[in-house]
Amino acid sequence: MLNSKRLVLAHFWLAFIVFAVALPLGAWQMLVRSPLHSWLRDPELYYRSVTEHGTVMGYVFPTLIAMGFGYSVAELALKRTLVGVRWAWAGFALIALGAVAASVPVAMGRASVLYTFYPPMIGNVFYYLGVVLVVVGSWIWVALMSVNLAAWKRDNPGKTVPLAMFATVAGAYLWGWTAVGAAIEVIFQILPVALGFKTTIDAGLARVFFSWTLHAIVYFWLMPAYIAYYTIVPRAIGGRLYSDAMARISFILFLVVSMPIGIHHLFADPQVGSGFKFVQSVFTSLVAVPTLLTVFTISASVEIAARLRGGKGAFGWLAALPWENPQMLALAFSFVMLGFGGAGGLINMSYQLDSTVHNTQWITGHFHLIFAGAIVTMYFAIAYDLWPHLTGRALTNWRLMRWQLWLWFVGMIVTTFPWHWVGILGMPRRMAYYDYSDPALAGQAMWVAMSAIGGIILVISAILFFVVLIQGHRAPRTEPGTYRFSTAVHESPSVPVALNGFALWIALMIGLTVVNYGYPIMQLVTRGDTAVPAITIGAQR
Amino acid sequence: MSDERLFSLANPWFRVSVGAVAGVVLVSAAVGFVWLPSVQRDPQFQGVWNAICSAAGVPRQWLAGKAIAPSYRISDVQVTPQLLADASAQSIGRGATLSLRCTMCHGEKGMSQANTPNLAGQSAIVVYKQMRDFASGARQNAAMSPMVHGLGDQDLRDLAVYYASLPRPVPVRAVDAPGAPDIVVHGAPMRNVPACAACHGGIDEKAGSPWLDGLPAAYTKAQLLNFANGARHNDTSEQMRNIARNMTRGEIDAAAAWYASITR
Repeated sequence: MLNSKRLVLAHFWLAFIVFAVALPLGAWQMLVRSPLHSWLRDPELYYRSVTEHGTVMGYVFPTLIAMGFGYSVAELALKRTLVGVRWAWAGFALIALGAVAASVPVAMGRASVLYTFYPPMIGNVFYYLGVVLVVVGSWIWVALMSVNLAAWKRDNPGKTVPLAMFATVAGAYLWGWTAVGAAIEVIFQILPVALGFKTTIDAGLARVFFSWTLHAIVYFWLMPAYIAYYTIVPRAIGGRLYSDAMARISFILFLVVSMPIGIHHLFADPQVGSGFKFVQSVFTSLVAVPTLLTVFTISASVEIAARLRGGKGAFGWLAALPWENPQMLALAFSFVMLGFGGAGGLINMSYQLDSTVHNTQWITGHFHLIFAGAIVTMYFAIAYDLWPHLTGRALTNWRLMRWQLWLWFVGMIVTTFPWHWVGILGMPRRMAYYDYSDPALAGQAMWVAMSAIGGIILVISAILFFVVLIQGHRAPRTEPGTYRFSTAVHESPSVPVALNGFALWIALMIGLTVVNYGYPIMQLVTRGDTAVPAITIGAQR
Repeated sequence: MSDERLFSLANPWFRVSVGAVAGVVLVSAAVGFVWLPSVQRDPQFQGVWNAICSAAGVPRQWLAGKAIAPSYRISDVQVTPQLLADASAQSIGRGATLSLRCTMCHGEKGMSQANTPNLAGQSAIVVYKQMRDFASGARQNAAMSPMVHGLGDQDLRDLAVYYASLPRPVPVRAVDAPGAPDIVVHGAPMRNVPACAACHGGIDEKAGSPWLDGLPAAYTKAQLLNFANGARHNDTSEQMRNIARNMTRGEIDAAAAWYASITR
């Protein structure tokens, strides 16, 4: 039962439209700084593009996907109409307005501060106001997810919250809390300067606040992908979820340990003590636990599907999987990229090893492999799965979907593997041009050219993605049938109260934030000698 | 299920989750705040309390001895983008009167005919900082050092905002025009030399960096050579000395000639 189809479709379409704007910018960036292109005469254009690409891909695109998917889960899993549809539209409007408000100053070259803001650089005030509107719009979604769960619990006392909704609300709470860091930074530190009330800013404190948001935002991006792993893929390939409890534990672990670990982004920053860096490094390593639990559970679920289809042997069952099914293909690609990306992440989170890759292309390669690779592949899969239920028209062109997923996978590998490699060779990130004629860099030229070709493959894949969706809108009307999520092998009538609500986990999340961030923040807030002059970006030419 | 109490030591989920989180915090804190810093041999880390404070990031004096002072006087002007941002008409008027003493070299409207810098439209921060540095001895010049002698801080501010208020010579060729030297547009990335235009206008303008458009080539070249050999040392944090040292003679000539040629 999906009543708010227009709401969900609006979120997905706006998400994919902004994605279509930002993706070619990324491909252009790869091209102009590769040896395939002469040096840009105006490198500022490059930073404009990086800022827009990051702002859209980091804040607007995944937020809209999480919201649209969340609204559909609330209706499909709870089997009731969404409470607060008008509020949901208001949140959507805020995000649309915010995306435009932020993008215009960026396009004009007035806010080339990158999506990580980087005070003491200060851009045009409308850029920050736009980002704030996006976050406020998403907080409306957080509140609505909470309200809808509470309303369902009130009407269904003692019943087990459906897994899809449980996971969605975990993602909402995670985002609600993790966005607070950047919100504090923008509202209390950056906006007073951008509005002209202040001329100095504590850049170190701003970085600490941003790190609060910066790492867990990745898990917010990741949540829809994980929800799809657990609740869509096993059903779509004709299998069963291996363990419902394991899924709940994974989402809870994300909620608790993924947030207070962002200081691993500040390993090279002098304003945070080494003790806090070590503690957060340890907690970062714990995030591997829910991911490994997920990989195990989903692999087991997939094996169940294969054996139900007659698969035999220790590995022979792999051949029995429905590889023609785009959902199967998406999952496999996503896991491969998650595996490589996760292995690279273990290096980034290690206090000592990180110094060898700090600020190099390795980092860019890492987060593109995880986000643009493992996660966005599942966004495609979610769209393919939901589209017939949103439009009332079938998506039948599996062949084109497979082409699209293959190209995205190949493109992402071709893009990111060379990035990792040149990062190890020492190539810094965020540069508009490199002197490949110098013997020290000449050996990297081929790899950079290769990754630029990967960017072009990704653009082609995105075009196919739009062709699939538009074909869907033009297909004849059909009755898509009842939507259902995966069912577990062993459906238990009840779960422990700890796995049916969030009170304990939110308490641990906030408590751990206070322990891991309290002192570094208070230390910088109370010192009088930490502010530096703000540097206005794009003021004069 | 509904009568099961969550926040209770009787609940195994509560016991295990809170216990595990607290355990990881305590063990990692013991390692990160006590054990690892204690491995350091420097006196600042000796003892548990010192180890914890250093790991927590409490600011400490690291250098045991005294810092080595440079053999020359360094600039004491703190350059911020907001310095001199609020010039009054009165201040500009006073500056116009005071500028009469400058006209012999810098021209009656700030346009030089004598291989000295044009001051018309120059950033007020730049003019102010250079005069302060001449006054303090951080920058030395046989003509300028005596000229600023006897001028107070307000006089220097007035002069700076007056010259900033005059019309700047307009460049007729932008950095993306054909013929712009690589050193101006791109710098030399492998030698740590940023593009001139990244700070001096054309791509971006940074506080404390002068406009170079129309500057006499002989002057620009002389300054770059002086930065390179250390004769001029009033640049903030050695920025220009580090750049000029890594430029070739050819690049210095090309940059100086380019900036002299781009105004009418």
